[in-house]
Amino acid sequence: MEIDPFIFRLSIFILSIFIGYYVVWSVTPSLHTPLMSVTNAISSVIIVGAIIAGLAGNSDSIFNTSSIFGFVAISLAAINIFGGFLVTQRMLAMYKKKKKDK
Amino acid sequence: MLSANLSAIFYLISGILFILALRGLSSPETSRQGNFFGILGMIIAITVTFLSIGNFSNGFIVVLIFLLIGGLIGAFIAYKIPMTAMPELVAGFHSLVGLAAVFVAIAAFLNPDAFNLGSPGNIKLGSLIEMSIGAAVGAITFSGSIIAFLKLQGIMSGSPITFKGQHPLNAIILISIFILIYLLCSTQSSNLFWILLAASFLIGFLLIIPIGGADMPVVISMLNSYSGWAAAGIGFTLENTALIITGALVGSSGAILSYIMCKGMNRSFFNVILGGFGGTEQTASKQNKEQRPVKSGNADDAAFLMKNASSVIIVPGYGMAVAQAQHALREMVDTLKKNDIKVSYAIHPVAGRMPGHMNVLLAEANVPYDEVFELEEINNDFANADVAFVIGANDVTNPVAKTDPQSPIYGMPVLDVEKCKSVLFVKRSLSPGYAGIDNDLFYKENTLMLFADAKKMTEDITKNL
Repeated sequence: MEIDPFIFRLSIFILSIFIGYYVVWSVTPSLHTPLMSVTNAISSVIIVGAIIAGLAGNSDSIFNTSSIFGFVAISLAAINIFGGFLVTQRMLAMYKKKKKDK
Repeated sequence: MLSANLSAIFYLISGILFILALRGLSSPETSRQGNFFGILGMIIAITVTFLSIGNFSNGFIVVLIFLLIGGLIGAFIAYKIPMTAMPELVAGFHSLVGLAAVFVAIAAFLNPDAFNLGSPGNIKLGSLIEMSIGAAVGAITFSGSIIAFLKLQGIMSGSPITFKGQHPLNAIILISIFILIYLLCSTQSSNLFWILLAASFLIGFLLIIPIGGADMPVVISMLNSYSGWAAAGIGFTLENTALIITGALVGSSGAILSYIMCKGMNRSFFNVILGGFGGTEQTASKQNKEQRPVKSGNADDAAFLMKNASSVIIVPGYGMAVAQAQHALREMVDTLKKNDIKVSYAIHPVAGRMPGHMNVLLAEANVPYDEVFELEEINNDFANADVAFVIGANDVTNPVAKTDPQSPIYGMPVLDVEKCKSVLFVKRSLSPGYAGIDNDLFYKENTLMLFADAKKMTEDITKNL
């Protein structure tokens, strides 16, 4: 009996939930807002699906209903990726320690 | 063209980089590096996707154009957005993840060949189940986040919107979504797919409208979690490891944040989700509204009290964000510190409209993060402090939560502000907070109410110091 590849993906999924559980509990509460914005950015890795959909049109017609949905999804995800990472960067740059010299 | 195995390994690497991105957030020092890992993971994932398709025809240019348009909009927003608008921004971003998931699912449903999922009308059963779950959760995330965004932005009233039969209606729609998924999988009918999407959009909308403004931290965290599960659903459809790992990470992250927020209010998750909190309690508070004496003061009195203190604890809340008072507050604290007064900040887990909201605002105002403390860390210090300066917070300081089992907020962890020698409470009026209950703190012997706009009052105090 061969194992269905789905089971492997399910294993990855479940193990990742556990990793997420432990990693997120160790996030310091003061960084919970950057946590949300960065999770926003990384979940936009869904753009890979959008790119596949966008490039799926055949060579005579780049645009068909399916690829148009793909193209729009690319833009939506790109807003999130750039917006999410940059705004996280901006926030994290503001977290400073007390100046030692005083 | 990259082989399928090689690209799978690269996707795994980008998944690991995303884990490291979250790991970095365990302390502010490592967080910037973490963000860099996240960016790197994203670049790898996108590059590998292009290489694995290897079809550099004119479609490629169009993809780049759309990517660039989105990127420019995103970068523009990221640089322009004021820190006080962070909750709205995050809600808006969640809605985009949800919508992107829906669109990818639609594209895959219309053109399954492109994703190796079968042919239209004959999609592999497993993929169809994954796809429809991803699409449904994505649609709920989208419409729910839109409502959250409108409420946070103030376009829609923050008060809960309830109507008769709300819960049965929601239950019916939720059950019908499961039935639709089942029917869709057995018939492959595209009509059912569209109906499923419409029902999911509707339920997302209906689930969020009864939830009031101050419960937004839970809602935002919950939608954060949903956006992760939607991404994971699509990840299963596309058989993409990076997407599955990320979806699981984001999903559990949002779930943990919701849990922390619920615990901060001592309410169960279902109690928040069923909504309507704050509306029913109003009548109760009106009954026992005898006039009790309140001491009120001005900036001069406040400055006098603080000048003679040796330690001050600041308790910021949503009101500080609304009044944009964080910079004025920092200036006041600078003056206090010059007079050798010890100042620290106490943050309640649900202060503000999203997890960590107050911390970001204080960081923006250049408050060092090692002066900012969480509830458990600082609660014992109130007894030894001279002055507590409550600015824009209300329910999270209400001692009723510890004393009155009848109160709707009984059992909620609160900051022990009343143990301070004196309490300065900046507030515009005596009106009750979000929970609709009177704050006993207003009437305590050692409380001085400062009725004014938070920003103006803080500036006035600084002048008088």
